[in-house]
Amino acid sequence: MPILSLRSFGFRHGVHPPELKSATAQLPIRRMPYPSEVVIPLRQHAGKPAKLVVCEGDNVVRGDLIAKADGFVSAPVHASTSGRVVEIGLWPHPDGSMDTAVRIAVDRFSPQVTRPRIVPRWETLTPDEIVHAVQDGGVVGLGGAAFPTHVKLAPPKDAAIATIILNGAECEPYLTTDHRIMVEFPERVHLGARIMMRTLGAKRVVIGVEKNKPDAIAALERTRPTDIEITILPLTVKYPQGAEKMLIKTVLGREVPSGKLPASLGVVVQNVGSAASIAEIFDTGMPLLERIVTVTGPGVRRPSNLIVPVGTKLRDLLAMCGGLTDDAEEIIFGGPMMGMAQANLDVPVVKGTTGVVVLTAAQTNPTTSYPCIRCGSCIEACPVFLNPSMLADLARKRRYEEMEVMHVQDCMLCGSCSYVCPSKIPLAQMFQASKTAIRKRKVGAA
Amino acid sequence: MWNVVGSLVPVLVAATYFFGPSALLVVAAAVAGAMLTERAFGTGGTLADGSAAITGLLLGLTLPAGIPMWMAALGGFFGIAVGKVMFGGLGYNVFNPALLGRAFIQAAFPVAITTWPALSGNWWSLRGDNFAWPFMHPRTVDAVTAATPLGLMKFEGKDTAVRDLFLGSTGGSLGETAAVVILLAGTYLAIRGFLNWRQPASMLLTIAVLSMIFHGADAVRYPTPMFELFSGGLMLGAVYMATDPVTSPMTNVGRWIFGAGAGGLALIIRIWGGLPEGVMYAILLMNSLTPFINRATQPRVFGTSLAARGGASA
Repeated sequence: MPILSLRSFGFRHGVHPPELKSATAQLPIRRMPYPSEVVIPLRQHAGKPAKLVVCEGDNVVRGDLIAKADGFVSAPVHASTSGRVVEIGLWPHPDGSMDTAVRIAVDRFSPQVTRPRIVPRWETLTPDEIVHAVQDGGVVGLGGAAFPTHVKLAPPKDAAIATIILNGAECEPYLTTDHRIMVEFPERVHLGARIMMRTLGAKRVVIGVEKNKPDAIAALERTRPTDIEITILPLTVKYPQGAEKMLIKTVLGREVPSGKLPASLGVVVQNVGSAASIAEIFDTGMPLLERIVTVTGPGVRRPSNLIVPVGTKLRDLLAMCGGLTDDAEEIIFGGPMMGMAQANLDVPVVKGTTGVVVLTAAQTNPTTSYPCIRCGSCIEACPVFLNPSMLADLARKRRYEEMEVMHVQDCMLCGSCSYVCPSKIPLAQMFQASKTAIRKRKVGAA
Repeated sequence: MWNVVGSLVPVLVAATYFFGPSALLVVAAAVAGAMLTERAFGTGGTLADGSAAITGLLLGLTLPAGIPMWMAALGGFFGIAVGKVMFGGLGYNVFNPALLGRAFIQAAFPVAITTWPALSGNWWSLRGDNFAWPFMHPRTVDAVTAATPLGLMKFEGKDTAVRDLFLGSTGGSLGETAAVVILLAGTYLAIRGFLNWRQPASMLLTIAVLSMIFHGADAVRYPTPMFELFSGGLMLGAVYMATDPVTSPMTNVGRWIFGAGAGGLALIIRIWGGLPEGVMYAILLMNSLTPFINRATQPRVFGTSLAARGGASA
């Protein structure tokens, strides 16, 4: 039964950073040639890291399993190239830590074809079997959070899912990954939606796309299946529209209760890239081996949207894009609002790497921060209606219990508060440190 | 902050137009007192943010043109030292430093601060003993004094034309003259986002409504709303003092409450208090309530019910 009209409820607060997507928004996705070596970390997703199944010296073929999932909230990791495992050890991880990774020397003369696999047609599988197939495919959230996708496809039994929302907002400045996926592979997005609908037993799918991507909206509308209920909903351009809770508020007009999951409202949210990945693993039989990355920013000579094998080192990725400019200063994995600045050019691209933004000295002038003048701009900006000024005060004094009373756990570290603060206080960074400290305390006490 | 300083320049120009070089001397003394104190006691580099300059400027604008410069400087010193540095510097003070400085001068030098010069004929003449030696009795100078419009209303029951109030051609403190200039400056700052419009709007609205009620009840005893709005330091206080972000609430609801309280208290002091002008004490009293207002008006967190409104403990 079609919905007659689907309005966008919108969400309150938020900020309006400049979009800065013009460098790559119209560039078609290109495939990157294989580098000489890839380094694949075992921890590329939320949940437990994968467990090794290969040893040093093993020869692997592209698509082979190199680490299996450890439990349900975990995902396997596969070899993104054919080659030889030369080393298994600690390697810099994009999140700043050193973590176990599998270093594969890429076979230069291999055509990188895959072993033939037997792929069941998804229409013949039960929802449980689809969930296992998605887990075996190593599919994780490609929007940046890298949450194992199959877990979202298997919500608690008592949560009936009525709506699936596909997240095509891409509210971070600079990034155009999801944009290009929607423009160039809209059928795959719709197929992913279809498979998800069947797995979850949902009634309808809403694909939310920010209005600054009219070609994506048009492409999705053009290929929209008419036998299932899929609606393309244009969204107001505002940050953080792409945040899960904000998206649900915009589409359904309801707030996810604090501390609960979207499933409690009968909703599952998935990134459009993740949906396309689900379709792809059934289409090709291949697990998640590569992803689309936007390499952009004034500090890189040739901004591009590339298909990048998982494990490609940042160094090789930048070389593919013409290298850094002379005034390049900061390299960010992800977007400028929530991404992680990198200190090591050998850091590999992982499943959750949506983009690489290179900023120049002109944009990264470090400033001193002044005391809080209690102007309230942060309160006006926070999309979760917290009080960053007071939270920062508590964070400085390490009064974590009181921070939890003030709902610091609801903070999604979107960075809106840091963005507007006239005293240039690094609010989101302080909350990240505080939340880590709180988590460590809890783990230590447990 | 330097934008706010810039917006005060027209006000200073208007004050100088009406009161001559004395205006500049008094303001300069207040600014010097404030900035030197900030330099001496403040943590390094805090002069650059302009807050001490604003404090000095605003303090100077609340003083009569004839006040000795050393008193103005002492007020600046007190305002910054006790009103700001003692609390921990920028961002930590509870009371508006400029108003605290003025309160100090009012308490310490009550005669000097209530000696209001008239609008004299000779622009160049000093309106009072500006160059008095510190801590010496000021010499009596051939300056003509005149009561302020609020003083006239309270003590003699005489009204002043609104046009005079609006354009500033009345006696009074330096900043209470050109209301129209202050209104324009305030509008500019609000549009640019340098101050929040809710405190001044609430304060002025409250005074307008309350004085309308009083005037309606007894038109002879209580002045018109227009008179109340444009006389005294209300415009300066509403636009520049009540909007100080550090000492006024952070939440929008809190801002409306703050403005309403300040407006109500100012009117009460004006009508029933011993002083003709009540804006200063009204704002200082509301400053003391700001932390409480902040706590009471915390926003509801996303995904929680209204009953479970965030428990702020700081």
